[in-house]
Amino acid sequence: MQDFTAAFRAALDLVFRMDADLMEIVGLSLLVSGAAVTLACVIGFPLGAALGAGRFAGRMPLLVLVNAAMGLPPVVVGLTLYLLLSRAGPLGPLDLLYTPTAMILAQTVLVTPIVAAITAQIVADLSEEYRDLFATMGMRRTAQAATLMWDGRFALTTAVLAGAGRALAEVGAVVIVGGNIDHVTRVMTTAIALETSRGALELALGLGLILLTLSLGINAALMGVRAAARRLSDG
Amino acid sequence: MVEPDRLIRLAHTRPTLTQHPPVRIADLYLQRGGQYILRDITANLGLSDVTAIMGPNGAGKTQLLRLIAGLGQPDSGTIKFAWPDAPEKHRIALVFQRPVLLRRSALANLTHALAQYGVTRTRRTARAMELLDFGGLTDRANIPARALSGGEQQRLTLVRALGAAPDLLLLDEPTSNLDPRSTAAIEALIQRATAQGVRVILVTHDIGQARRLAKDILFLQDGQVAEHSPAPQFFDTPTSAQAAAYLRGELYL
Amino acid sequence: MIRLALLLTLTAAPVFAQDHILIQSTTSTQNSGLYDHLLPLFQAETGIEPRVVAVGTGQAIRNATNCDGDVLLVHSRAAEDAFVSAGYGTQRHDVMFNDFIIIGPETITADSPAAALTSIAQAELPFLSRGDDSGTHSREMALWNTADIDPTGASGGWYRETGAGMGATLNIAAGMGAYTLTDRATWLTFANPADLVISYEGHADLNNQYGVIAVSPQHCPSVNAIGAQTFVDWITGTSGQQAIAAYRLNGAPLFTPNAAE
Ligand SMILES: Nc1ncnc2c1ncn2[C@@H]1O[C@H](COP(=O)(O)OP(=O)(O)OP(=O)(O)O)[C@@H](O)[C@H]1O
Ligand SMILES: [Mg+2]
Repeated sequence: MQDFTAAFRAALDLVFRMDADLMEIVGLSLLVSGAAVTLACVIGFPLGAALGAGRFAGRMPLLVLVNAAMGLPPVVVGLTLYLLLSRAGPLGPLDLLYTPTAMILAQTVLVTPIVAAITAQIVADLSEEYRDLFATMGMRRTAQAATLMWDGRFALTTAVLAGAGRALAEVGAVVIVGGNIDHVTRVMTTAIALETSRGALELALGLGLILLTLSLGINAALMGVRAAARRLSDG
Repeated sequence: MVEPDRLIRLAHTRPTLTQHPPVRIADLYLQRGGQYILRDITANLGLSDVTAIMGPNGAGKTQLLRLIAGLGQPDSGTIKFAWPDAPEKHRIALVFQRPVLLRRSALANLTHALAQYGVTRTRRTARAMELLDFGGLTDRANIPARALSGGEQQRLTLVRALGAAPDLLLLDEPTSNLDPRSTAAIEALIQRATAQGVRVILVTHDIGQARRLAKDILFLQDGQVAEHSPAPQFFDTPTSAQAAAYLRGELYL
Repeated sequence: MIRLALLLTLTAAPVFAQDHILIQSTTSTQNSGLYDHLLPLFQAETGIEPRVVAVGTGQAIRNATNCDGDVLLVHSRAAEDAFVSAGYGTQRHDVMFNDFIIIGPETITADSPAAALTSIAQAELPFLSRGDDSGTHSREMALWNTADIDPTGASGGWYRETGAGMGATLNIAAGMGAYTLTDRATWLTFANPADLVISYEGHADLNNQYGVIAVSPQHCPSVNAIGAQTFVDWITGTSGQQAIAAYRLNGAPLFTPNAAE
């Protein structure tokens, strides 16, 4: 109990001091995860729509693959990306290892299957309901997909939130490709891991509380926007 | 709700049909769940402006309508279409027994459909408002379509189908949820559409409605055609025992 | 999308500027806070931004072998020499030393660390091994070797391999009251000692020497060779050595500088 009180105090202390290092770390966390989720949506929405409503050879195996990829261990993703981005690896000349860009790539790989799989499920359910209507209207596949995505837009925020949750919480991938370099690639989760290894458990837990609060804030904000938009729009 | 003369703007103007049956169904079989739910259906439809398909629940009316609309393929047999002015060109609109509406406003449902039918962006909203007006739904324009009452939803799907400017309009129990006033308005709407050359195939359990609108009746039972007669003959002296029992309100087994 | 493109350019930009060096190093030096003290001084004097990736010595050497680093600062003499003789590094220099200690729930009286480990093994007291190919781990294995004991047979019993960093292993030791080998700097700066004490210390076999190596530009053309050599010269030179000596915790020095003049 004492530990939690101390952790809480450590968190409050950091926040109220507007600790510059903390702000930098929080900022980078949001930047990296935000960019990764954005990229994951750019890839995952069309992929999910194709998997959910498309009719093409290999759709089922691909769907199974994407669903399985939701459980990709971050460490494995980090390691694979490390081997690719390492100077000795095929993408070494890009010089991306130990940069935020590498962290964004790693989290994009982790988040894309989540966005795609949830999108596929939402689109498949809607498509089932709309199929006959679309057929009588003689709609092309792309027009169908656009209609399904638009009508599923409120449900799709769930995909975004699930992806953001995964990105903000994972440490295994970013610590390998980012290296947890102070002022360059240190984010919330790698900072927590570092403080834990220093035995500074209260500080680590305090950072964890801040991360949790951040995550809650993002969820609440998105759900609020969703509710407001639903009320203002056509349902 | 609908001012009849405004309906003129809804449909194409085209020569009236007489001899050529626009829809020819031959030797149609359809299997579902290991059973034939349509058997040996042969019929010429659309010779008159309104054909009613009648028959007890589960007779196969909806399934037949879906095949005519091109939703699914029969196990055997053919459905052929022919319009005298453009034999291979035909536009079919189907109004489902259970309304299927997008998760959007009533107005947005119509503009979406009009977009699919090739109406240019600039004209869509005005056209959609006209259609809403025909359906008596002007004040419902911005309400989520799925929040409309059952009757309002049926009216919305009907005017959406009319937005396609169809040659053949397939209606699956379009007034089953409507109050008498709205039913009368829908019937007026159908009559105005047929006046412009639209052929209507109407599934209904409403004998009065069939009497008012239909020129011929196709009676189905157990997936088979039990009778196909001109309307007056069907209602006054049905030739099949099944139709006779149905009209008396009995169940023929 | 614009924001993203901007971000990609921003993060990529410093890479080509070559105004920074990447140091592959060990968790012990980072956790002790030495770098927080040392690196700002280096940057102020040279204008080069040092970036530290802190992992186990084994992984640090592998990363450097892959050319993912300009400088190696680790504590595993045999592996360091192998790295240089394989042509991956230019030359190895002594930098500083401290010592290893055995920590645990009670003190152990013994003539040598090997004897201390023998008594742990005989009593089958819980002992944690890093088991991660780190400098500390390789020293631990060397001590078992001196004691002529192969503890890996008891792995999962009284001998447990955490496969984790020093800090994580210390947290486990604190949680279950186990013995483990650690470097003194990490122990002194470790904030969660619970009931653990220094069980055994003060023997020549426990000397913990740190070495620095610039990654060879012949092996890795992409390295910042000038920056790396600047760092090696600085940390083995007067400024660096004095800065190491000046880093203290509660008045006690954590590392003793010993670069050759
Ligand atoms: N996939 C299916 N598997 C098994 N039976 C089916 C399937 N689809 C339809 N049927 C059956 O086919 C028969 C005809 O269905 P249909 O919907 O055409 O009836 P209907 O004449 O429209 O009845 P109602 O007046 O109740 O609307 C029904 O008995 C129905 O249960
Ligand atoms: Mg039906």
